[in-house]
Amino acid sequence: MAEMKTLHVFRGDQSGGEEVAYEIPVEAGMVVLDAVHQIQATQAPDLAVRWNCKAARCGSCSAEVNGKPSLMCKTRVDAIEGEIHVRPMKAFPLIRDLVTDVSWNYEKAKQIEPFAPKEPAPFTMYQRDVERSQQFRKCIECFLCQDVCHVLREHSAKEQYFGPRFMIKIAELEMHPMDGADRLHFTSHQAGVGMCNITKCCQEVCPEHIHLTDDAIIPLKERVADREWDPIRALFHKTAAR
Amino acid sequence: MADGMIERLSYDVVILGAGGAGLRAAIEAARPGVKVAVLSKSLLGKAHTVMAEGGMAVSFGNVDAQDCWQTHFYDTMRGGKFLNHWRMAEIFAKEAPDRVVELEQWGAVFDRTPEGKISQRAFGAHSFRRLAHVGDRTGLELIRTLEYKGIHSGFDVFQEVTATHLFQDDAGRPTGVFAYHRQSGAFCVFEAKAVVIATGGWGRMYKVTSNSWESTGEGAALAMRAGAEMKDMEMVQFHPTGMVWPPGVRGLLVTEGVRGEGGILLNSEGERFMLRYDPEKKDLSSRDIVARSIYKEVQAGRGSPHGGAFLDITHRGADFIRRKLPNMYDQYLSLADIDITKQPFEVAPTIHYTMGGISVDPETAATNLEGLFAAGESACGLHGANRLGGNSLTDLLVFGRRAGIAARDYAAGRTKASAPSDSAVADAEARALAPLGKTGGESPYQLHRELQEVMGEHAAISRSRELGEAGLGKLEEIKERTKRLSAPGSRMYNPGWHATFELQAMVLLAEAILQGSLWREESRGAHWRLDFPDADDQGFGKLNSICRQDGTKITLSTQPVPEMPEELAALFSSGHMPVREGTDQGGHS
Repeated sequence: MAEMKTLHVFRGDQSGGEEVAYEIPVEAGMVVLDAVHQIQATQAPDLAVRWNCKAARCGSCSAEVNGKPSLMCKTRVDAIEGEIHVRPMKAFPLIRDLVTDVSWNYEKAKQIEPFAPKEPAPFTMYQRDVERSQQFRKCIECFLCQDVCHVLREHSAKEQYFGPRFMIKIAELEMHPMDGADRLHFTSHQAGVGMCNITKCCQEVCPEHIHLTDDAIIPLKERVADREWDPIRALFHKTAAR
Repeated sequence: MADGMIERLSYDVVILGAGGAGLRAAIEAARPGVKVAVLSKSLLGKAHTVMAEGGMAVSFGNVDAQDCWQTHFYDTMRGGKFLNHWRMAEIFAKEAPDRVVELEQWGAVFDRTPEGKISQRAFGAHSFRRLAHVGDRTGLELIRTLEYKGIHSGFDVFQEVTATHLFQDDAGRPTGVFAYHRQSGAFCVFEAKAVVIATGGWGRMYKVTSNSWESTGEGAALAMRAGAEMKDMEMVQFHPTGMVWPPGVRGLLVTEGVRGEGGILLNSEGERFMLRYDPEKKDLSSRDIVARSIYKEVQAGRGSPHGGAFLDITHRGADFIRRKLPNMYDQYLSLADIDITKQPFEVAPTIHYTMGGISVDPETAATNLEGLFAAGESACGLHGANRLGGNSLTDLLVFGRRAGIAARDYAAGRTKASAPSDSAVADAEARALAPLGKTGGESPYQLHRELQEVMGEHAAISRSRELGEAGLGKLEEIKERTKRLSAPGSRMYNPGWHATFELQAMVLLAEAILQGSLWREESRGAHWRLDFPDADDQGFGKLNSICRQDGTKITLSTQPVPEMPEELAALFSSGHMPVREGTDQGGHS
């Protein structure tokens, strides 16, 4: 007999819901997403879950496992002591069961000025100069950083702050050696980089191990501060803008 | 939607699929005055393209200056065992450099050479170091670049919307698609003058596969039901190296980049067996050969504990491995508790790619149905009997673009498409709703598992008449049972309901695969017949198989493989590989 384990999975929609307990046989190396699939196939065929690659490449199966924002495909069942509770991401409106409406992220993405090359490709760029952009481009858009961010999660300040995902998107463009656009005013005013109070929670949950706070948000804050609070630079930019 | 009211939206071009091919097509089709919609089964940026790892093949010659389009063409045709459409391979090899530079122009950030150019790595059966790459996450780079280019390109993206039916006029031309919103379960009719199928492959009809949830072939099945010709369906690629253990990750891809960066394959006796099977290309032989070699080693009792081979890259050192193959390092560490910088790891063949698919015109990606186009993995013609690693991502760019142009032009020339009739819409609705809310019928999850068992046993790496015929018998039974599918629950984000559409698509395409593999009485590329172990160059090697749906039956016919013009044929008869003019003969080793 295989070892049995109980998974408490949130079932419900906008009108309400609760955790439902499911018993499943544990296989070697099983991840939480395997367990959810197991439940779907044998006990609850309409259990809603979003997933694609089951290889931590696509960032679809984001949820909260025992309270921690995680990719279900990367969270091993055998690494969890005791009960397992699986709930949808809290920072986004619930659709059903483990699936949330993440469309807000796609709206924010559209508002960021796209890559604006200074000259036509092919570019001459050196590895050391592209590494910063490359780190941020590892992002799989799982939105776990958005889910854990206090500004978005606890204070629902989605009008004032684009969240860590889009701070690294902006940083990636700003640090691209061939980009000619200037997004600093936007970063400060529309995207709200100042809202981040550097608790680094986003960095801790990132499945791609991107240093969101250290390598993107703090440098962006510094660039904004240099521009907006350094009186000489501020004056220069005011004159240059005319 | 309220009772009986189904929303109708009108577009010039409707593109099914938001992977590399679909997004590239949309970027090209969307021009001022042209209304374009992209229907994506998943969220934007999550398509199976994201799983491509090793790179995109392009003959820049940044690392090996001898490389040129002729060599890329030469490798692609040889890799495909000459079942490819030569013109597709020619267009592909010639246009690839422009398409990859274009990606850089749109913001893709490739790994660099010391001179500051796009770096290129070695890959199986490519004569030169040819793959532009970003570590082992090149597919992510491609799709993210197209996603962010796309959201500023003026087309509409409908996320988590799946098409279940293609509407046609009396002449067979598409007039739109019937689709459903996964989140609400609401139906929608997308009226269209031209439709592009870019929905990828159907590897998930096999149990051991590297494919994501997406790869269930609904788009291809929808085209086939509408009368599209399906070519070379028997050609299904095994990637030699998938994960083997633990069971939950069986089939998950291990990039060819591991071997491209120096990894070697060993059997249980520690022998580097590829030296025996292909002394020239060794571990970087073409995928069909490496997959078969691993299979033969296992059959001979020299397999690894869980039925595969060992892949060893420890000699490259931990720093190098973590830099060039970060995902592989992470994948084995987190999912299998194995540190690949310290020990060899088990790999075994896994279903990876469907070379067969919707037959298309090389210039325009047009199918045999006027107004219907197809590109990417759902289409067929470029890869022949075996796809070379790295050729898929470039395929998406080259032929996605061509499909976008052709669909846009076609729509512009078609003044008015007749709208799908209310009765046709009602029929499509009734079919989609049939399994919903029912209990006690067949479970789509269970039938999917059974289908995977049938395909894994009867249409896998080794095939025979006996196996194929028995497989068709079992499939017939599954097909019968799909008539009684049930999906309990509501319309809202109901994965069981969704699975019924996928299953019906896979059952249809599975039959074409089985028929094709029974018909082709030879071994060629990915198709290996135990009862016909040799290639038949003068017979089957000169024929493509064509499957069509004919009422409730699938019929198979053949057509001759198009013959190459003299100047291209000469590349293969000169006795040596073509190289860039003014450079020395011979590749790296």
